[in-house]
Amino acid sequence: MKRTLPLLIAAVTGFVLIGAHFVPYTQSWGEEAMIWFDILAAIAFILGGANLVRLNLQKISDRRAGWGYAAVTVIAFFLTLVVGMAKMGVHPSAQFPQFAWSGDYVQEGSSFWFIYQYAFYPLGATMFALLACFIASAAFRAFRAKNTEAIILLSTAFIVLVGRTYAGTALTGWMPEALQFDNLTGTIMNVFNLAGNRAITIGIGLGVVSLSLKILLGVDRSYLGTEE
Amino acid sequence: MDKSIFLTVLAAGLFSWGGASPVLAQSPRPPGEVRAADFPNDAGDAVRVEWELSPDDQPQPAERLVVAYEILRREAGEEAFTRIGEETYQTRSFKDDGCTPGASYFYQVVALGPDGARSPAAAAGSPVTPVMQYFDFSQFWFGVILLIVGGSVIYFIQLARSGRELKVRPIAGLEAVDEAVGRATEMGRPCLYVPGILDINDMQTLAGVTVLSRVAGLTAEFDARLDVPTCRSLVMTACRETVEAAYLGAGRPDAFNEDSVYYLTDEQFGYVAGVTGKMLRERPAACFYMGAFFAESLILAETGNAVGAIQVAGTAMPSQLPFFVAACDYTLIGEELFAASAYLSGESHQLGSLKGQDVGKVLGGTLVVVGCLLSTAAVLTDAALLNQVLSYLTDHVLGNQGW
Repeated sequence: MKRTLPLLIAAVTGFVLIGAHFVPYTQSWGEEAMIWFDILAAIAFILGGANLVRLNLQKISDRRAGWGYAAVTVIAFFLTLVVGMAKMGVHPSAQFPQFAWSGDYVQEGSSFWFIYQYAFYPLGATMFALLACFIASAAFRAFRAKNTEAIILLSTAFIVLVGRTYAGTALTGWMPEALQFDNLTGTIMNVFNLAGNRAITIGIGLGVVSLSLKILLGVDRSYLGTEE
Repeated sequence: MDKSIFLTVLAAGLFSWGGASPVLAQSPRPPGEVRAADFPNDAGDAVRVEWELSPDDQPQPAERLVVAYEILRREAGEEAFTRIGEETYQTRSFKDDGCTPGASYFYQVVALGPDGARSPAAAAGSPVTPVMQYFDFSQFWFGVILLIVGGSVIYFIQLARSGRELKVRPIAGLEAVDEAVGRATEMGRPCLYVPGILDINDMQTLAGVTVLSRVAGLTAEFDARLDVPTCRSLVMTACRETVEAAYLGAGRPDAFNEDSVYYLTDEQFGYVAGVTGKMLRERPAACFYMGAFFAESLILAETGNAVGAIQVAGTAMPSQLPFFVAACDYTLIGEELFAASAYLSGESHQLGSLKGQDVGKVLGGTLVVVGCLLSTAAVLTDAALLNQVLSYLTDHVLGNQGW
């Protein structure tokens, strides 16, 4: 039963969604199904939040390695939760000025906005900025000319890299038009790269169709866990 | 006399006496012919209204006389027109999607000038009654292709069930899973499994969960430690069920630790910070990245590389594949990730689905070759028939114009 019922729900919902793509009358059913998913995901968030707090509190309690990070996590979690739910620093909305909590919790100047703007956003940007360093280190490894394929890769990368800058145009302007780096870059990106990309995309599309059918027909049940 | 009226009259008099006249809002000319028709391939709840631009609505005027078009509607039996929407200048159509199937509607379009000046209304000649279509014919060819591919998948599954042997090429990335877990066991370090950052309704996440089943089975068998940080609560729940089932399947339910599958955060870079921090502190010997990834793919893979882990990745995000190829030891490219569950299960009927996919590839390849040949021949000969066939292929078979 533990596997049969979810399988049935998945199959019915899946086939209804496929049908909704072709039958105009049922188009809104697909939107309904997505709303149900959002409701489920919102409820499941409680599970996730509870799991996060429990594991981190356990870590602090056991004084395990890195328990200080766990303390920061728990404090940040509750601080953001309380500030957001209590709508601290939020002014009442113009529509309902008599209700103190009628303003939007992300209102500019509110405490939640302050946390987002001055803590969360810069931290996220910092993590994203690391990508620049990682691209350099990955490119350094990927473009080492170890064999013929690597040499072709390196040459192509060089042309595309230089061809996308003004230097590419300036340095190769004297060459025949077809060999100028900016034109070569266009050819590489619009012909070779695009063809490869489309082949991968077609494969992905077929893979999605095949896996979806297997799930809807109950052929693949590996994601459902165990009956016991 | 009202004071404001007196002042207005006085000001107008002064302007005209001084020779300068105040600028009065001039009404633009109305739009040209207005047509209203049932919106095709819908549930009968929409009408498309089209009109010719007002002669005053020029593309690059020195002074813009028309700033918008107001669309008005009246249902048969009602007295007055009501405003249902507005479109900006140089726009010729509007979709009214608030109709009731079977009701008749009259439409008018008014050109709006600056300062609220309005043109006389231009009306559609006859009422329009939206009708529900039972089948969306714009999706006809998509449906045919889906039927061919889906039918082939089901056919080959049945064929495999009947006992026919099917050959599937080895997938290096999946073969490497055993090697990676074995290495982690020998080194006494954990295996890290990252199921992507999208929710369980994404097919890549689902496909990744089937690989997790295999990884968890091996960690149970080898008595290695498994770590599964998740970015979504539902993914956490699904992964827990999968890992538990794998431990049961390996005959080691006692070794299953619920806390090995845990939730970090929904936030992309918060999740990356948590996972990479864990990598640097615990130095896993094997890292698996299976699912949907975005900008975090390279941060995760490069950190894994820095700690010396053997890495296997799989994603169907074409833009992230080069990063994984550059930073990981093995990468499942697109469809290989979706083939993982069939490949790892080794069940003949599941492998049959992969053969069904091949029919789709043959169909796709045939369309590509035919398209290329037609396109080349059309350019060389400039034959009208070839151009028509080519445009039918691109606009109808591959596009949205349907049957």
